[in-house]
Amino acid sequence: MKSSQEKSSRRSFLKKGVVLAGGAVAATLIKPFNGVVLATERPEGDHPWYGIGIDIEKCIGCGNCASSCKLENPVPPQPFYFRNWVEQYTVMNDGSVKVESPNGGIGGFTQTVPEEDIFKSFFVPKMCNHCVKSPCTQVCPVGATFETPDGINLVDKSYCIGCGYCIQACPYGCRYMHPTEHVVDKCTLCYHRIKMGLLPACFEVCPTKARIFGNLNDPNSDLVRFIRDHSCRFLKPHLNTVPKLYYNALEEEVR
Amino acid sequence: MEHHFQRLYEVLTQVQGFIYPNEVELYWSVLIVLYPYITGLVAGAFILASLERVFNVKVLKPTYHLALLTALAFLLIAVMPLVSHLGQPLRAYEIMMTPNPQSAMAIFGFVYLWYLMVVLLLEIWFDYRRDMILWLQTAKGFKRLMYQVLTLGSRDISPKALRFDDKAGYIITIIGIPSAFLLHGYVGFIFGSIKANPWWSSVLMPVIFLFSAMVSGIALVMMIYMVVSRFRKVVSDINALDTIAKFLFYILIMDFALEALDQVHRIYEAEESFDILHLLVNGKLFTSMFIFQIFLGTLVPLATLAVFQFYKPAVKIRRAIYFTISILVLFGIFFMRWNVVIGGQLFSKSFYGFTAYKNQFIGAEGYLMAWFWFLIPFAILAFLLWLLPPWKKVEELEEDTA
Repeated sequence: MKSSQEKSSRRSFLKKGVVLAGGAVAATLIKPFNGVVLATERPEGDHPWYGIGIDIEKCIGCGNCASSCKLENPVPPQPFYFRNWVEQYTVMNDGSVKVESPNGGIGGFTQTVPEEDIFKSFFVPKMCNHCVKSPCTQVCPVGATFETPDGINLVDKSYCIGCGYCIQACPYGCRYMHPTEHVVDKCTLCYHRIKMGLLPACFEVCPTKARIFGNLNDPNSDLVRFIRDHSCRFLKPHLNTVPKLYYNALEEEVR
Repeated sequence: MEHHFQRLYEVLTQVQGFIYPNEVELYWSVLIVLYPYITGLVAGAFILASLERVFNVKVLKPTYHLALLTALAFLLIAVMPLVSHLGQPLRAYEIMMTPNPQSAMAIFGFVYLWYLMVVLLLEIWFDYRRDMILWLQTAKGFKRLMYQVLTLGSRDISPKALRFDDKAGYIITIIGIPSAFLLHGYVGFIFGSIKANPWWSSVLMPVIFLFSAMVSGIALVMMIYMVVSRFRKVVSDINALDTIAKFLFYILIMDFALEALDQVHRIYEAEESFDILHLLVNGKLFTSMFIFQIFLGTLVPLATLAVFQFYKPAVKIRRAIYFTISILVLFGIFFMRWNVVIGGQLFSKSFYGFTAYKNQFIGAEGYLMAWFWFLIPFAILAFLLWLLPPWKKVEELEEDTA
């Protein structure tokens, strides 16, 4: 026979256990963020779905893209703020890699490694990847970062609270806090230009046509042809951000 | 502005290797280090309080109300470092108005308010209702006015009403435990869910944050209890201190084990990011991680408390050592937060180099501001202890209910 004290202590233990478990379940219910994975919906039919192609084999590292971006858009001139930039990769004979991007490549590059040490060298233009599953859009607490119906990732500057969470979430370093506006700024793919049928500034000025702008929904667009004719890759595919920026001749050293 | 650029040009000269050009500036400063630190202290202090209330650890009674008031004092300003760090602080309310349900950060406001309004304020109110009514009869001036407002017009101190207070407080504490877990586990998730950052992206992050929160909260209450006793010129209850130290010891072991697991896992898997993280901990984070966080903040307290499980020196020495340990643990956990928040931004996401963190003393995000936000809760606590002194509470009504 168990004493009544023992029984009551067991009952109270069970009671406490049930209440605790109930509390834990209730607590998880108020977490709405365990819902679906974020992904922008690709429009059907004729509606544009913009993408970017970059042909690394054609890039000569002139840096026109980076400087034209700063001319076209309100990007601060200081070397800490870029909507796009160019990186110079130099793979040495010993396998080590040197990467440089002085002032984002504005004004071009000079090779600092002696020629006899170089195994290969190439330029990689970088910009916002306008991802389908953009982590920056996912984390924005107020929804100030959003995707347009044509697949372009933008920031509503009148709405951004300047928390910087999206800067942390972007795996490609494409966002910065504007020093005077105190909100986040990033590449808009020159939305103001493409809406008028013009090319984004960096595409316009590229002397070797290393940048291809186009509509991924149009099978006859230059971009779709470029993707078909080259073996293109994304940056950091393991992160499943599904970029809409396709690189031809992307080497494994590039991150 | 010129000063800001000047500072960034200086940082630029300290960049090692290659970083993305936008990575020169490190956006989450010491204020964002304070944010998980302070919320952790809140969650930890509350969990210590709940030990007495729900798990009936009677020996902790002297620290029960102190722990609750400490939690409140820190929770009241927990959002301030965050809000003052925003680029647009006046838009902060938008996070409550139009939260993006997919953002891990968006529900912080709700979690925070839930914890403040439903858990802490209610619990403290039920705990102090009777006392405030009693104190009201003798209090004068401002204090009287405060009690009049805070009692919300309730004057019933019949045994029935008191029994209800007790029951309500008990239920709220039970709700409060998972809420405290949620509050701080959630803060860990804000960092742990950033897949772009291999230093943060870990499923263990919420759990590590939670245990380190408990460690820091317990240490804080232990320290405050000793300081308050000194001010009141009473002797702190060594049994309570021994018990707190025992809990601190157990949770410190778990915290250390979890953090070690996280690092061992990282080292053994040695993914793409391993080389840069290896350089990070052995370079820029060496002092703050190995010396401050692990040696001073963890191993020294752990070893001392382990010895105390077998051999207990004289009470006076023990008190002095407990005090030292609580300071060391608080110091160590601060640097744990530092290593997560600042450490996670020092290396480039290209994994090819490092930027530098060069903070200033003065300015909206300077060290002075950080100290300000850290010290304000102590002032709030002093006010709360003046208004709601736990030691002047009328003895509990266990006798009536027993």
